[in-house]
Amino acid sequence: MIETLLDHTVLNPWVLSLTAFVPAGGALLIALLARRDRDVRWAAMAVSVLTLLLSLHLPAHYAEVAPTNSGVYAYELNVPWITSPNIHYHIGVDGISMWLVVLTTFLVPFCVLASWKSIHDRVKEFFILLLLLETAMIGVFISLDLFLFYFFWEATLIPMALIIGIFGHERRVYAAVKFFLYTMIASVFMLAAIIWLYVQSGTFDFVELQQKLASGALVLPGSASLWLFLGFFVAFAVKVPLFPLHTWLPDAHVEAPTAGSVLLAGVMLKMGTYGLVRFNLGLFPEEARRNAPWIVTLALIGIIYGALVALVQPNMKKLVAYSSVSHLGFVVLGTFSFTQAGLDGAVYQMLNHGISTGALFLLLGMLYDRRHTYEIKQYGGLATPMPVYATLFLLITLSSIGLPLMNGFVGEFLVLSGAFQAHALWGILAATGVIWSAFYMLWLYQRTFYGTITVPVNATLRDADMRERSVLVPMVVLALLMGVFPAFWMKPIDASAGMILKAHGPQVAMVQVMKDMVHK
Amino acid sequence: MTNSLFQPWLVPALPLAGMAINGLFGKRFSEKLVAAIALIATGCSFLVACLQALLLVNSGSPMLEQHYGTWIQAGKFTVDFGIYLDHLSLIMMLVVTGVGFLIHIYAAAYMHHEGGYYRFFSYLNLFMFFMLVLVLANNYLLMFVGWEGVGLASYLLIGFYFLKDSAANAGKKAFITNRVGDFGFLIALFMMIQTFGSVHYGSLYFNPGLVNALPLEHSTGILTMIGLLMLVGACGKSAQIPLFVWLPDAMEGPTPVSALIHAATMVTAGVYMVARSNPIFSRAPIALLAVAVIGTLTSFFAATIGMTQMDIKRVLAYSTVSQLGYMFMAAGVAAYSAGVFHLMTHAFFKALLFLAAGSVIHGIGGEQDMRKMGGLRKYMPWTFYTMATATVAIAGIPPLAGFWSKDEILWQAWSSPYGSKIFWAVGVITAFMTSFYMFRLLFMTFFGEYRGEAAVAHAGHDAHGGHGHTPHESPWMMLGPLVVLAALSIFGGFVGAGHRFEHFLDPVIQKVEAHRSALEVEAAAAPMTEEPAAEKSTELALMATSVIVALAGLGLAWFLYIKRPELPARIAAALGGLYTLVYNKYWIDELYKAVLISPLLWISTHVLWQSVDQKIIDGSVNDLAVTARDVSGVVRQQQSGLIRSYAGWIAAGAALVVAYMVWMGTR
Repeated sequence: MIETLLDHTVLNPWVLSLTAFVPAGGALLIALLARRDRDVRWAAMAVSVLTLLLSLHLPAHYAEVAPTNSGVYAYELNVPWITSPNIHYHIGVDGISMWLVVLTTFLVPFCVLASWKSIHDRVKEFFILLLLLETAMIGVFISLDLFLFYFFWEATLIPMALIIGIFGHERRVYAAVKFFLYTMIASVFMLAAIIWLYVQSGTFDFVELQQKLASGALVLPGSASLWLFLGFFVAFAVKVPLFPLHTWLPDAHVEAPTAGSVLLAGVMLKMGTYGLVRFNLGLFPEEARRNAPWIVTLALIGIIYGALVALVQPNMKKLVAYSSVSHLGFVVLGTFSFTQAGLDGAVYQMLNHGISTGALFLLLGMLYDRRHTYEIKQYGGLATPMPVYATLFLLITLSSIGLPLMNGFVGEFLVLSGAFQAHALWGILAATGVIWSAFYMLWLYQRTFYGTITVPVNATLRDADMRERSVLVPMVVLALLMGVFPAFWMKPIDASAGMILKAHGPQVAMVQVMKDMVHK
Repeated sequence: MTNSLFQPWLVPALPLAGMAINGLFGKRFSEKLVAAIALIATGCSFLVACLQALLLVNSGSPMLEQHYGTWIQAGKFTVDFGIYLDHLSLIMMLVVTGVGFLIHIYAAAYMHHEGGYYRFFSYLNLFMFFMLVLVLANNYLLMFVGWEGVGLASYLLIGFYFLKDSAANAGKKAFITNRVGDFGFLIALFMMIQTFGSVHYGSLYFNPGLVNALPLEHSTGILTMIGLLMLVGACGKSAQIPLFVWLPDAMEGPTPVSALIHAATMVTAGVYMVARSNPIFSRAPIALLAVAVIGTLTSFFAATIGMTQMDIKRVLAYSTVSQLGYMFMAAGVAAYSAGVFHLMTHAFFKALLFLAAGSVIHGIGGEQDMRKMGGLRKYMPWTFYTMATATVAIAGIPPLAGFWSKDEILWQAWSSPYGSKIFWAVGVITAFMTSFYMFRLLFMTFFGEYRGEAAVAHAGHDAHGGHGHTPHESPWMMLGPLVVLAALSIFGGFVGAGHRFEHFLDPVIQKVEAHRSALEVEAAAAPMTEEPAAEKSTELALMATSVIVALAGLGLAWFLYIKRPELPARIAAALGGLYTLVYNKYWIDELYKAVLISPLLWISTHVLWQSVDQKIIDGSVNDLAVTARDVSGVVRQQQSGLIRSYAGWIAAGAALVVAYMVWMGTR
């Protein structure tokens, strides 16, 4: 009995479900709790930390379980859920989605801490929504059944829209509705694609569909594969957001409360890029290759355009929002470069962006708590009253602009290197991003922290307190660790990215070679 | 290594430890303790470096490589953490740790009572760490780590007095300009990865090396591209045309920083990079030519500006740009060892010049304008004698260090198969200007009568309140490093006599004569066939020329600033527009602002953001927004605060989807 308890392998089939549903269970518990804000906060904290601990089981034992099952997914569980239509509760992770789950569970406790004081109305509702959102986001990353995936995908929308709409700033309702409708409408296309696939194949199972499509057991008529590809693509591109589908993002960010911004930028945008990797590349590798040129063009525009627009924003939160458009452009570029380095870097960049931009929003939120404004003009000279805060902000800035030995560099370098291998011009254009990002971030930093104090009230701002430090320091430490020892994270990513690229890779290459020969 | 206590990784690791200790806990330490930690860290680093150098030279092997594990791995591409110690990195390591240690000692006194003492030393140690990573790395990507890292340290130290907008601006400008260069470096790296699949020096250059294994006729194009892109990076870091604009502004930093980072070490990284990549450059004649042309132009151009500046640190800054141009000229005629030789002697005398200038500024209460100096010889004799030594050294008057290295460069510019009489001629004119502006600086500062308003305590660039009254000599802790550097400026050049320095670098510099096309070999063969005696006499004639121009520069400076001190103003007036142009640094900064920065900001604001983003893209979404506004009324009603209703909505939404699916599935 004791051996069984100590044996961690017992946990393997259940750990994903537990990780996903402990937050929802926690939300339920909090709903039953009395309306005492203090208890609610501590309960949310306990639940989110428990979830984080559970999720750490995933990387801790990944190497042992990775080679089992289908060879691709670990911690897999596949049980029928609804018989007609044939929906399975099929979950599992590979080296890519595993880290996205851990990223989610890592960020949520900090969101709880960040909301400790800044949310003081309807505290109970807020934390319930936050935990429900966590369940939905984890669900997105672990689903291997298209219906299940779609269910979680849409399920993230509701709590997030409510978090923005209820707990946000002045124009919160406008932003929430814009966010909700924009992404909802785009998702309809994905739903149509999923249903179409189901009607054709009789299954929602991702693994099964992938095998059928790859082996030719399921042949898509005419231009169907293109339309299916686009159906998924539109839903994901809005979420990423890819230029020119990005305008919901700055509004949503500016109005969202800190925790909302952190999860929006840190996790929800990655749902889009993850979707591209898993479904667009996974199910339609040939379409993905064929459509890569224009997708990459949009990504490149996003990288440069996002950075230049970020440069001239008078509002710091909008600045960071537009910088996300630029950073996520790198992820899409790496994904559609179809190189090992590019895809590795893209996935790594998803994690990095979660850490660095998540941390930036946490930092901005702390400033907002003090001054209730995001206007850059309202600041200046803050390094004098807030030296610790200024130092931590600088370190996160360095992570964000990809300074070597910080996490951002590893991802950016691999993406650019991969893009360059695919097409020299792609790499060259994207690499200008290193100049732009230094420009907008350092300028923001200078205007906020350097010089003398121009607005008198800033002279008395208090420095980061213990709660705030305990939020920021782990972020900084992680950014450094991921920059110096990337192998720990990269190993599973590299293996899984290799699997994705292998799908149809050689065959397509052969087709290309033969085409070339014909042309000659 | 037999002695496990003295691993080469300690050389960069010790300053890193110093940085960490002072950075994390320095706020609670006394100034003495902070300085002690920083000094012990760099001092021990220097000792270990000396020991490593001895071990390597005595071992007789050309190099030592140590691996400390994998850094990045993606597919088949891997990059290691590793140290690569050969005669080139050995020289760099000794210069960086040696000069660095001296400047740390100086700074401990100079920065006394400055706010943020611990912050200063923690940044300075951080710089040492990254600089040592740069020179000791065993691959280009790790070099890039140091490369960007020293840029960060430079950013932090230039902006050390961050309350001043000019300092904060200068730091940002330095970082962004460097990033433009880094962009070139990055593309060079990608090209290298694509072509060779590796960025490690060992696999690129040795046994037999991927670069060498390529047939020349197939590789010249790609190697030329790689070389030119590296040059872009080198131009950023080493402040060459067109990316030199950040270095003069970098003088906003405290003077020890100017001496260490912006004169002796960091700015020479570009020269190190070219020398390190000599197997590439020697196979890419066009890239090599570009290095020589940029170096020659920069050396001339910066020297003309240096002749007109009135701020003592600015003169030295333009002098640094000009001297770096010499090093590029040398590297560009494939005389890499001459470039590295000048790099070393320059580190001695230019660090000395900056430290002495700092001593002057310190002694007269923060004033940097030479028009308000004068006659300081009798107030600060030690500063005067050491600075005079450095001035003679940089002017190229024998037998001081600068003479040997500059003469070697000029000789190579004349005689190298890649050289040209034009390079030589411009180099000689620049040598004249160098001598002139340096003696002008010396005479304006130390001779004549003291022109400063001593009673007024200036809170100038290096704000030293309370030092204002009469000029005074600096404490021994500052003078000590000056004396040591003066000794190095006198004797440091002798290592180059009889081409000893050149031979020391022989294992690093690859000879590629054999690879050159027949035509080039024929062309190159012409001077080779000259009688050794004739060659010797040419060399002596050239040597005499450079000594004569150096003395002429001294003479002119003496005439204008001691004999007839009223003349310079009249000459300036007579030159009119030309003088104004040069005095204002050819309006390059203004040009960049008008042509690059302002349009970029204008387009970003008015076109990209306000028109494209807000009007066109978001405007197209407006229909949606209008609908959204109607719907928002509905949503608002749902914010009842009751969890039941939210849960209900979620459930209802899900149920709707399921119902729809069932309907679709059974249809």
